[in-house]
Order: sequence, then C-alpha cells, then structure tokens
Amino acid sequence: MKARAFDYMRPKCVQEALEAFASADGDASYIAGGQSLVPALALRLQAPGLLIDIARLDELRGLSIVDGHLRIGATTRHCEILGSNLVREHAPLLAKAAPFVAHPAIRNKGTFGGSLALADPASEFPAMALALDAIIEIASVEGSRRVGAGDFFIDLYETALQPGEIITAVHVPVATVKTRTAFDELARRRGDYAIVGAGIDAQMQGGFVERMRIAFLSVGPTPVRVSAVEAALTGRQLTPEAIRQAQDVLGTELDPAGDEHTPPKMRRHLARVLLGRLLGRLEANV
Amino acid sequence: MSGKVAISLTVNGETIEALVAPRTTLADFLRQDIQLTGTHTGCEMGVCGACLVLLDDRPVHACLMFAVQADGCAVETIEGLTHRRAIDDLQKVFHERNALQCGFCTPGMLVSAYGILASGGEPDRDGIRDALSGNYCRCTGYEAIVDAIEMTARQRRQHREEEA
Amino acid sequence: MNAFAGSIDRPNSYIGRSVSRPNAKRLLEGRGRYVTDLVLPRMLHAAFVRSPYAHGRLVSIDIEEAKALSGVRAVFTGEDLASICAPWTGTLEHFNNMKSPPQVPLPLEKVMWSGQPVVLIVADSRAIAEDAAELVIVDIEELPALADPVEAMSAEAMSQELADNICFATKLDSGGVEEAFDAADTTVGQSFIFGRHTAVTLEPRAIVADYDPSENRLTAHHATQTPYQFQDVYSRHYGIPEANVRVIAPDIGGSFGMKLHVYHEEMAVVGASILLGRPIKYVADRMESFVSDIHARDHRVTGRLALDRDGRITAMDVDDVTAIGAFSSYPRTSAVEGNQVIRLMGAPYDFSSYRANLSVVFQNKVQTSQYRAVGHPIACAVTECLVDAAARELGLDPFEIRERNLIPDNSYPRTSPTGYQFEKLSHQVCLARLKSIMNYDDLLAEQADLRVKGVLRGIGIALFVEITNPSPAFYGVGGARISAQDGAILKLTPSGEVHCSISVTEQGQGTETIIGQIVADQLGIDREKVRVMTGDTDTTPHGGATWACRGAGIGGETALQAARKLKANLLAVAGLILQAQPGELDIRADWIVEAVTGQQRISLAEVARIAFFRSDTLPPETQAQLSVVHHYAPQGYPFAFTNGAQGCLVEVDAETGFVKILKHWVVEDCGRIINPLLVDEQVRGGVVQGLGAAFFEECLYNEDGQLTNGSLADYLVPMACEMPDIEISHVETPTRDTELGAKGCGEAGTAAASAAAMNAVNDALVGHGAVLTQIPMTPTRILRALGTI
Ligand SMILES: Cc1cc2nc3c(=O)[nH]c(=O)nc-3n(C[C@H](O)[C@H](O)[C@H](O)COP(=O)(O)OP(=O)(O)OC[C@H]3O[C@@H](n4cnc5c(N)ncnc54)[C@H](O)[C@@H]3O)c2cc1C
Ligand code: FES
Ligand code: FES
Repeated sequence: MKARAFDYMRPKCVQEALEAFASADGDASYIAGGQSLVPALALRLQAPGLLIDIARLDELRGLSIVDGHLRIGATTRHCEILGSNLVREHAPLLAKAAPFVAHPAIRNKGTFGGSLALADPASEFPAMALALDAIIEIASVEGSRRVGAGDFFIDLYETALQPGEIITAVHVPVATVKTRTAFDELARRRGDYAIVGAGIDAQMQGGFVERMRIAFLSVGPTPVRVSAVEAALTGRQLTPEAIRQAQDVLGTELDPAGDEHTPPKMRRHLARVLLGRLLGRLEANV
Repeated sequence: MSGKVAISLTVNGETIEALVAPRTTLADFLRQDIQLTGTHTGCEMGVCGACLVLLDDRPVHACLMFAVQADGCAVETIEGLTHRRAIDDLQKVFHERNALQCGFCTPGMLVSAYGILASGGEPDRDGIRDALSGNYCRCTGYEAIVDAIEMTARQRRQHREEEA
Repeated sequence: MNAFAGSIDRPNSYIGRSVSRPNAKRLLEGRGRYVTDLVLPRMLHAAFVRSPYAHGRLVSIDIEEAKALSGVRAVFTGEDLASICAPWTGTLEHFNNMKSPPQVPLPLEKVMWSGQPVVLIVADSRAIAEDAAELVIVDIEELPALADPVEAMSAEAMSQELADNICFATKLDSGGVEEAFDAADTTVGQSFIFGRHTAVTLEPRAIVADYDPSENRLTAHHATQTPYQFQDVYSRHYGIPEANVRVIAPDIGGSFGMKLHVYHEEMAVVGASILLGRPIKYVADRMESFVSDIHARDHRVTGRLALDRDGRITAMDVDDVTAIGAFSSYPRTSAVEGNQVIRLMGAPYDFSSYRANLSVVFQNKVQTSQYRAVGHPIACAVTECLVDAAARELGLDPFEIRERNLIPDNSYPRTSPTGYQFEKLSHQVCLARLKSIMNYDDLLAEQADLRVKGVLRGIGIALFVEITNPSPAFYGVGGARISAQDGAILKLTPSGEVHCSISVTEQGQGTETIIGQIVADQLGIDREKVRVMTGDTDTTPHGGATWACRGAGIGGETALQAARKLKANLLAVAGLILQAQPGELDIRADWIVEAVTGQQRISLAEVARIAFFRSDTLPPETQAQLSVVHHYAPQGYPFAFTNGAQGCLVEVDAETGFVKILKHWVVEDCGRIINPLLVDEQVRGGVVQGLGAAFFEECLYNEDGQLTNGSLADYLVPMACEMPDIEISHVETPTRDTELGAKGCGEAGTAAASAAAMNAVNDALVGHGAVLTQIPMTPTRILRALGTI
C-alpha cells in the first residue's frame, strides 16, 4: 500500500495554490489534513501528479464572528471545532457533532474544509453544514464566490466545487436564544462512519417549532435534508403524536441504499428511530 | 516528476535534514530513512493507531501524512518520549499491569495515552476507552491498558496535589 | 508429583506469582525487533500481482513492462518457482480419505480464490514493486466461482486433481441416538451459522528470506510461532539440508494460530531469494492480509438434544458443514477445526449417546485453518445454546439445567462419547464459582426491574472444555513433521547466572517470563539471573513451539526438568568443593546452602568461577557439567483438558438492534498457574476475540466469491469502547501427568465467549419471539430476528 509517485508543493498563499493547480492540467490535488486523501493515495484509488499542500495557509485559518455568522476557516481542524468556546456558543450543533467525527488523532489533523470538499455522505460536518444552512466561500482563479450548503452537495463525492477551486471558509448563522439542537448517530463502533446519523437545528418558541432543519448522514449519495419532515413539524409542538407523524413522513421521504453490512430497510428503520429520539430530546437541548 | 525534496524537521529534538521522495509517508520515513522502528504500521490507512506519533505535541497518524508535510515541524516518537523520560510513569504502570502482550500496538497506545493525559485531567474509564477508539489491540482485550492509563492519571493527580 | 503446593513463600519461589515480563520493557520503549523492522545488506522487497477472480484459468501473463521498470530486479511467475519447489499437500493420514490438491507457490494453470498471488515482483523498494505490479498484464479466463459450501458439496470438482469438492468427511456414532430421541420427553433442535472471520494480528505476516548460495544456507527471519516447522518445510520443499536452514522468529506482533500455516507468498519469497542469492523482504500489507491470511470458522451446524423429564440430557446429534477455501492448509490441514467441533460437542455434560456428521468442503475462497481455539467456539456455542433452549423449554434456570447435567467433579477419569479422555475436570466448582462472582441472583433481580422499564438485559452463561498440552496424537500420528515435544538447554555462566534456550516461543503471551520463573524457582536463584532465549532454530533445541496451548504445560515441564538436572549437576560440583554430600546441599537465593539449616556455604558465582577457571583445584577426574540439555514429550493422557465457565451480561436496544456488552466473567481451571497476571491477560485477550466473533467480525463475500469488506475500515475488529471489563476467577486442578501440573489457558477465553454472548442476547430477547443462532449478531440480524425489518 504505497502511493504512486507525485510531486509536492507548498504554496505561500491561496492565489499561488490556485495558479499551481491551473498549470497542472487537472492532474493535481489539494491536500489539507490529508486524513481522507492519504488513504486514497495509499490504496492507489487516486494518483494525482501533483499535491498542493494548503494546510498551512494563514488565509484559510481561524474561527471568528463576521456579520452574524461564525466564520470557520477551511483548514480549521476537527479538534479545534471540538475545543472551541466560540463554536459551542454560536454553532452548538457543530460542537455536538464533533465528538462523533473519527478518532482523536484524526481530529488533530482533519480539516473542516476538507470534510466539506470531500463531501462523504457518511461524514458529520457536511450534513451539519446542511442542517445549519451554512454558506461556503470558494476561491478560484476567477475570484471568490459563495454557495449555500443546499446547493453545494450534488452527488456522491460531487460538490459545486469546480476543478481547482478551494473552499476558503464556511459561514454558519449564529445560534439565538430560541435555538435548539440535537445530534446523534448509530455507528457500530465509536468513531466509525455511522450507519445513520442526523442533526437538527431548530428555532423553538414556547414549545412550538418556528423553524426546523434536519439533515441526515449515511442515507443517500449526499447529506440529506428532509424538508417534508421539517414542514410536518413546523408550527407544532413536539408531542409524541407529532413525532410519530414526523417519523411516518420520514419513511416516505428517505430512500437509502444498502451496503455489505446494512440493507436499505435497516437504514430506513434506524433513521426513523433516530429521528424520534432526537425530536424527543430537542427541547431539552442536549 | 517525483524528484526528491529537501526537508528539515526535528525528530525527538534532533534536527534532521533529509531528501525524501514526496510519496514517502512519515511512518516509512521514520522507520526506514532514520530507523526509528518504534513507530509501527498495521494498516497504512489510519484505522489501527499503531503509527501514532506526536506532531507539534499532538498525536497524529504517521501513515496519514507524507514526510514532506512534516517539513519545519517537530515530530516525536516513542523513542523520543522514552529518552526524555516524558512517559516513565506510564511505561512503568503498563509494565506492572502487563498492559501489553505482543507490543505491536504499544507505541501507539502510549502516544494516545500521552495525549489523553496531556490535558492534566483525570478521565474516567469510559473516557479513556473513548479516547482509545482509534487504537486497535488484538492481544490484550484493552482492559489492562485502560487500567494502566487510569492508574497513571490518578498517580499524576496525587503527585500534583502533593506538590501543591 | 505436583511438588508446589504451599511452597510459594520460600525465597525465589516464583511459581504461582504475578511477576511482570522482563522482555516487555523493550517493547514499551519502542525497542522491539520485529521482522517488519529488519533491514539486511542488499535486501530487496517483494510485492505480488493477485488474481481479481475467485476462479479462473490463466491464459497469459505479460511481465515485460514490469521487468523494464527502473529498480525492478526480478519478476517471477508460477513455472520459475515450481521448478525448484516441491509441491505440498495439506492432508493428514489419520484423517481417513482426506484429500486436497497439491499446491505450488504461484499458480501454473488456474487461480482458485480472489486475491491468490499470481506474479512476484522483486524490487529495490516496496513502492517500486507496487509500481511494477500495476504494469503486469494477467489474462485470466473467468470460471464460475463456488462460494456457497452447500452448493459446493454437490458441484463438479473445481480442482482437476480431485473427483469432488469434499476435502474430508467423517461420522461419529456411539449408538443409541435414535432410541434416545424416540424416548425423549423433550427435544430441542437449532440450526446455526458461524461466519468466517480472520486473525487480524496487528503486525501482518512478514518474512525476510536470505539465501546464501556459497554455503547453500537459508536464513529466514520469519514472523512465525513455529520456527522449527518452517525449518523443516523450507528444507524439504527447497531441498536444502535441514541443518542449513535457520529460521529466526524475533519479536512477533501477534499470531493466534494464523502464523503457523504455510503461505504461498512466503514460499515464493524463499524461492526468489534462492534464485537471486539476495535477501528479500515481504510484509503483507493489510489489504493483502485480508485476502491471504487464513480465515477461520465458517460452519453451518444443525444440532439436537434429547432430554428426559428431569431435564437430563440423554443424547446429542449434530451435523457440521464447514467450508475451507480452495485448499486444505499445510502442514496442519484445514480439517482439524471440523474434527474438533464434532469431538468437543457436549463435552461438559454427562450423557453417552452421541452422533455427528462432518463435511469439510472446498470452495473458491481463501483457505480457512487453525486460529485461536480451533473448533472450540463452535462446539461450545452449539452445545450451550441448545442447553439454554432446553432450559427455556423446560422452564429451568440456565444454572439449574447445567447443574443437573454436568459431569460430576468426583467421577473422573472419564472418556467422552466422542473419545476424549478427561483426567480431572472441575465443572461443578467452576459453575458454582461463576454464579457467585456474577452475583447471579442480584443480576436476575436487576434484570426483572429493568424489564418493567422496557430495558432488555440479558444474562448468558457457557461452560467449556479446552484442549491443551497435545501429544503426538494431534499431528505426529498423521504423518506431519510437527513436534509435540520440547527441548531446553540450560547453561551456567561463569558469573553464576543461567542462560536458558528453549523451543517454546514468545508472541507476547509471556512464554519467556514463565520459563524464567520456573527455572529460577527450581534452581533457587533470583529471576533476574535467568536469561531466556527463544525463536531461533540454530540456538535452541528442536521442539513444537507455540500451538494448541502447550507452552506452559509442555515447555514449562521441559524447563522444570532441565532445571532440576542442572541443579543436580551444580550440587555435585559444590559437594566436591565443599566436601559435602550433594544430597545435604540445596540452592537458595543464589547460594549453595545446607539443606536442613539453610546456612550459606558458597555462592553459586563462586562455584561457577571455580568450575570454569580453576578446574585444577577440583578432584582429579572431575568433569563439571555446567550446561544441560533436556527434552520432554508429553506422556500419559493424549491431551490435558482445561475447563471453565463464562458469563456475559448485555443490554439489547430492541429498537436499533444494538447490543451493549456490560460485563463478562470467566472462571477457568488451567491446572497449576505459574503467573496469574499473565493467565488473566491471556483470558481477557481471548474473550475479546470471542466477543469480536460474536458481535463484529465477519468476512463478507458476494456470490462471485469476492470479499467485500477486506480492509480494516470495513472489517470490524473489537475496539476499546465496545468491549467490557472482564472479571476472572481461578480454580486449580493440576494435571498429574507432569511435575508442574500446568495446562494451557490461551484459548480458554475465546472458546466460550461467543457462546455466553449468544445466550445473553437470546436471554434478553426472551418473550420477543426472537432467537439468534448466527454470529456475528449484528444489529441487522437482531432486528430481522425480531421481525422489525
Ligand atoms: C480511520 C478514519 C476514520 C474517519 N472517520 C470519520 C468520521 O467518522 N466522520 C468524518 O466526517 N470523517 C471521518 N474521517 C475523515 C476525516 O474527517 C477527514 O479529515 C475529512 O473527511 C477530510 O478532511 P481533510 O482535511 O483530512 O482532507 P484531505 O484528506 O486533505 O482532502 C480530502 C479531499 O478534499 C480536498 N480538499 C481538502 N481541503 C480542501 C479545500 N479547502 N478546498 C477544496 N478542496 C479541498 C482534497 O483535495 C481531497 O480531495 C475518517 C478518516 C479516517 C482515516
Ligand atoms: S498504520 Fe497508521 S493507523 Fe494503522
Ligand atoms: S499487545 Fe499485541 S496488539 Fe496490542
């Protein structure tokens, strides 16, 4: 399990990285934390001629509040998300999901931007970006653009990123006093990619749902928002009956695939159970 | 394509200047180029934890980065931790508790344990097991390892209390 | 015999003490020396091109481009190696009519499993060898794959050398089974499926083969648990005199039975080293491990029990179909597992009518063979699940039904209906002990309370018997050149220390430590003064090494007798020096003392000094024998049986099918315990491997014979978070076959853990109409059994 040979460069700024990619004839790959890319290279599933290391670019770093959003620099590592008070306060859903991402040592290197760019449907952060209606800031040689999470995830490992584009930051609307969040997943072993997982970001007022976004992971080729379920709950109280109805709606809305361990039916069932449990504890906000 | 690249890093406190092929992982560089064979590889894809080393004092998988990426960084391996006596207490308790059998997972376990204890807290057993979620051991069944880390955390706390 | 009881407090008495392992220190400091670490001058690296198909005919192989790649030193295909390597066949003579096709390092005509090595590349680095492997073009005409064992039984033979796909079939029948079932008040029957799993040692298989043509000498640095067996194999199959073959097994990163089989890759690498005259290193990467290490288990069993109205078992009837891949492994064969399954069925229980049918079949998958607790978990799970099924049927508590049926502790020696001779087992004591360490009554009360709240706790127990200390009845009688004896050399150093080289080997279980304890104990010297060496065929006597839990029982006895021999020699010399009768002297705390008074007379170091450097001062004709060699082969019973009981507590989430293992208990009786700390950790490690099989581990194949989860990310090994704390208690019934009285314990944990876990899950599901009889018990299978999905 040794990677094919490649060249390596570490640009000094985003612009240099973009230009390096542009001159590589498409035979290049950015590397950030490397926690997904390196195994793919070792298995020779990918073999770019050039690796452009963006992990140390200052422009891509840092957590800050900008315009009512939490700005997460693309190379913010999972462990920083996990340990950050800023995240806990302003994006509690991310703080709740972070402990479920891989294992401690992987969280020490893997990056938020890398996770979104890879767009593994089993990953926690892409799904949570969707649940949070995050905005993804993208740089290319042409300039910079912003894409909403809802438009970002297109298909299996396919995103709105064009070849050579770099995610520079992700902007998450900050939580309010009405915000209630819940995250959980069912994984065979701690740190494994989950069989199914979900996060909820809701605005609640006096026990009623004002707005709710629910995103699932591991139930399709992309992270999945379940808008019919959300609609079914909006304006309602989370009574056992409302929850049961939401679960029924979910059953018709999801169409998960199977894998060697889990048939589709099982996934759908577990998603339903998980939804019920998350809704059941949403008001408690734990 | 693929000429060797000059890198400079510190490994276990020593400055190392080397020419490496970009595709050489940090694990292979440590094991083969500079013969620090205490770092092991069991999967080469980040799932077993045998290759854990400290990169700028945090545990990372040496199989999940290339040596070129460590240019300018400080790497520390089991050999370095041993030499600077940073984990004497852990090693002693692991030994007495027999928290290792074949020893192949042990360097990675100790690096993880170093990371767990670095915060200065005293994690409970579930917390320790959780923090070891990426460290595979086929021999011990984990309990002795958990015992050893728990015991070391307790000893360190007692030690701190005595000093205070 | 058994001269130890009560002697634990004398100085340097080490037998029975929890002492730490001297050799673990270097492992803790990163100073281990594994084969994977080894670098030799002019060493090359190997990689393989593997078959993508489970079954196919080789049409052509184009190696030209690979050969031309810079840094590639050689490329070998089937003919290159077959011309210098005698084929091997995995059969044993005492298995009547057993058959298996002959094997060569790389295939000549057909590929038989997906992942089979086809072409060997040798290059300056592993990375270059992998680059070259991508350039080889192998044209294979794909043939239909036989993946399903039942189908394979009647399908056309996949090996042209054989008439059908049956490797081995046998029946056992004590008589009376039909009659017992006809007369039974209660009968229970179940069908079981035991998935394929694999060893997943953290250090993969590794070898550095170093052939020196100038001396016709092969040195193999080989991560194996059985160096002597490989010395024999390399010698005979490559035609090198045995004395010219040296196998060195240094530190080994786990073994569990997986590293004692002959693999095509290792054979090919040895052949390549012979052809090139250079050292060649091969380390299986993890992807290769999954498709080429032996797998284990893979059984479909149906079993029935007949019981009388008092809940006493009157008969057992089983049928086992086990699939072993395309070949029977060599030299131990792939039939031993099935054979042990049918012979260990019902072992703890007192009944006499038994019938079994075993079919061992070929299929297009990688070979299965001996892995920790060979056959035991299958026999144990089938037996114990049936006993629980009977208990449920009869409304008896699981402890109660077992108490009624166990072979009474006072009724030994006994021969089982399957022919095993039990010297003395302690089932009743173990079961009672288990009940008390589990606080069974409290558990039951807690279970009932929680049930009211909708929480499903399950309590499962299982009794087991483990085969240890095998005599030649295991392999030798079948014609295999696998030793059941061990040898030790003890040497006194001129400073009065002792050096011991012995043929049992170390993979972390603590072999060197217990041998050191025994030698020090018997000689009366400090443990620090005994240096133990293992794992090198040039410097240790020939012996069995590590398999079937024989290290402590047989290796330990060898060391004990060797130490007594050396002691006698030392006392003889000391007697001459002191002008005393040797019989009046003893060695204690490194001194020669008066046996009766304990008064120190002369230090051992001084005796050594005189004997080595001033032999002129000894009486004429004195020839001090300061080194001894001793061999010991087990006699008496063909095997020593360890026994015990396990308990498991689980909580099943009936909505998700997820199971939390809350706690596990083991009571075991491995005879004389030399080092309780090491025994406990052997048991814990073994239990976790059993729980892995019960809940997580399975090699999943599709119908084309492709392994679909062959990576460490997809194949689920047990990890720290999911495993419970394990409480252990010991009962000691030493075997009287040896002075030491020790039996094995390394497989005890694995033998019954999955059975206890199955019983626990089924106990949790009582009243929900679900019974699980397949492992691993995945959430999907649990929800299917519950009818949820
Ligand atoms: C054993 C193991 C278990 C894991 N378990 C989980 C898990 O449970 N949940 C989970 O979410 N993840 C898991 N991961 C993956 C981990 O979280 C990765 O860190 C993450 O998916 C990718 O981040 P990275 O920075 O490492 O990206 P890299 O590996 O560096 O890159 C991944 C891809 O994204 C591209 N890329 C990276 N950054 C950018 C950017 N800023 N702009 C454009 N493209 C970019 C790269 O070119 C590459 O194609 C696991 C990984 C391993 C090895
Ligand atoms: S070798 Fe790095 S995690 Fe296994
Ligand atoms: S001690 Fe062998 S893998 Fe942990």
